[in-house]
Amino acid sequence: MPLLEITDLRKTFIAPDGASHTVVDMPAFALGEHEELALSGESGSGKTTFLHLIAGILRPDAGRVTLAGREMSALREHERDQLRATHIGYIFQTFNLLQGYTCLENVLLGMKFGRGVDHALAITLLKRVGLSDKLDHSPRQLSTGQQQRVAVARALANRPQLVLADEPTGNLDQANAREAIALIRETCRETGAALLLVSHAPDVLAQFEQVRDLSQLNRAAA
Amino acid sequence: MTLARIVTKSLRQHALSTVVTAFGIALATGLLMAVWAVKTQANQTFTGVSGGFDAVLGARSAKLQLVLNAIFHLEESPGNLGQADFEEIRKNPAVALALPIAVGDNYRGYRLVGTTTNLFTEVEPQPQRKGQKFVFTSGRAFNAGYAEAVLGSFAANRLGLKLGDKFHPYHGLLFDEKQQHAETYVVTGILAPSNTPADRVIWIPLEGVQNMQGHAAHTANEISAVLVKLRSPIVGKQLETLYNKQGNRLTFAWPIAQTIAQIFDKIAWFDRVLELVAWLVAAVATASILASLYNSMNERRREIAILRALGAHRSTIFGAVVIESAAIAAIGAFAGFLVYGAIAIGAAAIIRAQVGVVLDPWAWNLVFLWAPAGIIASGAAAGIVPALKAYRTDVAENLVPHS
Repeated sequence: MPLLEITDLRKTFIAPDGASHTVVDMPAFALGEHEELALSGESGSGKTTFLHLIAGILRPDAGRVTLAGREMSALREHERDQLRATHIGYIFQTFNLLQGYTCLENVLLGMKFGRGVDHALAITLLKRVGLSDKLDHSPRQLSTGQQQRVAVARALANRPQLVLADEPTGNLDQANAREAIALIRETCRETGAALLLVSHAPDVLAQFEQVRDLSQLNRAAA
Repeated sequence: MTLARIVTKSLRQHALSTVVTAFGIALATGLLMAVWAVKTQANQTFTGVSGGFDAVLGARSAKLQLVLNAIFHLEESPGNLGQADFEEIRKNPAVALALPIAVGDNYRGYRLVGTTTNLFTEVEPQPQRKGQKFVFTSGRAFNAGYAEAVLGSFAANRLGLKLGDKFHPYHGLLFDEKQQHAETYVVTGILAPSNTPADRVIWIPLEGVQNMQGHAAHTANEISAVLVKLRSPIVGKQLETLYNKQGNRLTFAWPIAQTIAQIFDKIAWFDRVLELVAWLVAAVATASILASLYNSMNERRREIAILRALGAHRSTIFGAVVIESAAIAAIGAFAGFLVYGAIAIGAAAIIRAQVGVVLDPWAWNLVFLWAPAGIIASGAAAGIVPALKAYRTDVAENLVPHS
């Protein structure tokens, strides 16, 4: 049984002018445990919406998302929140670090709503991403590349089974982007998490063995 | 990383608005506690002031005027009594002590009260301290018939008079430099604080006031009032009937506490206005928490969305905002004790200087419990509207930065 299974997933938004726009229309998708997959897609192809549907941040209009044997759409909101916190690590394009918190606190905050605060693990993760001397730094005191590393550490804070990465190198230069992707892949492998990454950057996609075109999976983007 | 830590972080991130809003709450809490505590304590203290007597006998007048003049040493004397009136009540078997007083002069605004030395040997000025008579911190009582004076502690302190100092009294109860009497009085004693209006008085022999140069000759044997201590409180009713209902020349003000309580009945409307103002300030301060937090929710939408994306439940976000609101109110409520201290100490100093009654700003009052608790509860309630806004924050829409 795959870790993530999607069937007949559909999401439509209503524009201010009243017109409806289907952003995701996906008959089937699956991702196995420990699997590593990159999805390619241009801007507006529904990449972020697709990941939000998987994470339970958005509710689909139709279809099923099953993660670790639990069907997301059948869960109540707080149960989806809990499942997201304990099973999914999310790396955002803009990192989404909380500016009022230190690097360590950002990672601890990731744990707070998941499997519980574990100081030792948080420090280990930050050391693993090369930030052992930046624990008490605020995100705005870090370079963009370093902020990305904090985001990676936070995504792994709850020992997730699935890491979702949404254009994780969108704000990085080429050298940092290559380094960041390598780090994400390595740390996911080390923790046994499956990785689903979406990007439109050929350099990033070239680092993956498995790459699929989102437009072939998503009929709305075709 | 607890919810309390998240709230603390948020308070720090919005330090300026936290401080400004908490300051408003502090003013409101302090004002509310001060109005309430000073009112209740003034009521208790004033009605407890009797100078060690049960009643006052004076010329026909309002009982309150008589008590204010004879016990609190405020107000004009309503008129005089003859020596025969004094002798009559002094000899009444129901009367334990009858102390004559005569007023009409001052020294730099502090009232000279003529009386007998019985004041120092028989009177217990504080009803709550049985057996405790006036205590001299220095010197002795005046000698009857001599130009000698004993000063209350507050008057001595304010006038800077010491043992052996001499002074000329001034005519009238209000200080007027042109009204100086020729007599010279010497200070023979200074009393310890009694925390009663007596502390503001300059005591001289009864004859001193009666025979002061410039006073009308026909008043030489008259007195302003008689302070009466009864052998039993029950006889007060009989004397009241005798003087007030059967007679029409004199007034017997009894009991003193009930008479003085009339002041608070007369100024009850003012109390209510002060209370209303305090409640309005509290309402405005609480509303300012609501406005401040509500407005900050727009800039915090992304932060809320991030917390939700990390797995925080809507109810957690709602709770955090309500706790933050209550925390601002709590900071303000605790700081309110400083505001209370400043107002209450100031009010106590003014009351002591004007009336001689000492209030204790730190005496326990239930308002110290219910006012901060009420303000904190109101603060938490004020957080509900911004918390609902936070509760409804769209996660997906706010995860991307807004320009």
